[in-house]
Amino acid sequence: MARDRIRIGCGAGFADDRIPPGVDIVERGELDYLAMECLAERTIARETLDRAKDPSKGYTPVLLERMAAIMPPALQRGVRIVTNMGAANPMGAARILRKHAPEWGCPDYNCAVVQGDEVTDIMRAHPELALMEDGAPLESLLPRMASANAYLGADVVAQGFATGAELVITGRVADPALFLGPMLHAFGWSYDDYAKLANGTLAGHLLECSGQLTGGCFADPGRKEVEDLAGLGYPLADVWADGRVEVSKTPGSGGRLDVATCTEQLLYEMHDPTAYITPDCVLDASGVTFRQVEKDRVAFGGARGKPRTATYKVVVGYFDGYMGSGEMGFAGINAVARARLGIEVVQERLRRRGLTYDEMRVDLVGMNSLHGNDDAACPEPYEVRLRIAARTPDKTAAEAVGAEVRSLHMQGPSGAGGGVNFGARQILAVKSVLIPREWVTPEIVMERAA
Amino acid sequence: MSVRVYDLAHARAGDKGNTSNISVTAYSDEGWQVLRRELTPDVVLAHFGHLTPGPVRRYELPQLRALNFVIENALGGGVTRSLAIDPHGKSLSALMLTITLPGHNEGTPGG
Repeated sequence: MARDRIRIGCGAGFADDRIPPGVDIVERGELDYLAMECLAERTIARETLDRAKDPSKGYTPVLLERMAAIMPPALQRGVRIVTNMGAANPMGAARILRKHAPEWGCPDYNCAVVQGDEVTDIMRAHPELALMEDGAPLESLLPRMASANAYLGADVVAQGFATGAELVITGRVADPALFLGPMLHAFGWSYDDYAKLANGTLAGHLLECSGQLTGGCFADPGRKEVEDLAGLGYPLADVWADGRVEVSKTPGSGGRLDVATCTEQLLYEMHDPTAYITPDCVLDASGVTFRQVEKDRVAFGGARGKPRTATYKVVVGYFDGYMGSGEMGFAGINAVARARLGIEVVQERLRRRGLTYDEMRVDLVGMNSLHGNDDAACPEPYEVRLRIAARTPDKTAAEAVGAEVRSLHMQGPSGAGGGVNFGARQILAVKSVLIPREWVTPEIVMERAA
Repeated sequence: MSVRVYDLAHARAGDKGNTSNISVTAYSDEGWQVLRRELTPDVVLAHFGHLTPGPVRRYELPQLRALNFVIENALGGGVTRSLAIDPHGKSLSALMLTITLPGHNEGTPGG
């Protein structure tokens, strides 16, 4: 059934994104498709560890809570869903949803599961690959590798929808591809049609961070106002078969969508605007223009596309020790000097315990924690929090950091209040490699009612 | 006469690995002329020099009155392993806006 126009909404822009605006856009957005992007660079590594402990886990932890709210209204309205909440276990995600969907009152549905992004075996077979960050051989990370996933493209998402599935669940897929996939499926665009691929990719790039297009990350009271920021609506794109795109947001929702918000989001996490590399095309956004069509509706033009590269990017998650941290507050006369004494005391106590750290960072929250200002140049605030964070391969040493900070309550400078021991957490770091496309075999597996 | 970037433009910061990118978008054509002329990679590196040795690259999008700065090594070793309280550097857009430039206030004729 050929359609001249489809409407794709964004229902989530990160794993813990707010759920009510996603429900709102499903109920009032008159959508054909809903895409939910919920995988940050390192979250898939964490979820790979979950799967190692329990083979039924490894999907995004918030999956059930989010889908319990989203799936019933979406399926009842015929809104087809694609999400990367499958994370390290897309089939596991599909199965647990199948188990719970009847309780949620969902009508019957078909689910297509995208597999093939998981490439740890390929990494082990190719220790000679060079890391993109520093050129070092991949081999140096392999003993500590926790996960490795290729960023798949929109073609496999489109294949998922081509099965007739109402629900497409993926692991690692390039964020814009979650949005381009429905376009490829609906319009049959070819991978030679660079102009359309560019527009579709740009639409996905604009939408993938949910509220950041519609007035989130934007308001500055007295300078840049956002109407009803509390009721911020999520974005949607109207896409025509000829590649034309207009972006808008949930009707009647709060926020703002205009040339200013679109410009900020266009350049968000973009480096060279002439070469934004995705698995589907190389987007040249350097000539993009925006035009306000009506309130909260913007058209864009000028996106150019070049052929997709011969490689997939792989993000390798690896263990990089532990990080421990803690905070303590001081206020009133001489607060900053007391905070500085607290820092010295904690550092000296850790030293006398014989604990060492690869890196330690101290901040005075209220003075230098965010912009790293030279605190001698900062006016002293009425109150300040000291924060100490340190990285070490030794979990015990990491745990000692927050504990020593918190003990400043009783054994530190005068008037130490509001202490927090954040404990120690295992660090999952990431680096990247490029691999030839032909090494990867994306595939669709149908998951149906038992 | 000097002017703050804050008075001429709005900004947003994003992250990739250990690299921060910060867009700076002018409110007006006059402001754009000042930014384009004065907000050079060297000026930005000087203002971010306590956080990173650089390098800083600048991309121009004149039709949007926007500059895109790519600031390498600015995120404490990378988002996933940084000890910073703001490992993504989302707050660094506000640091960009504190830069003071020689130039005219927005709305001043000429530029």
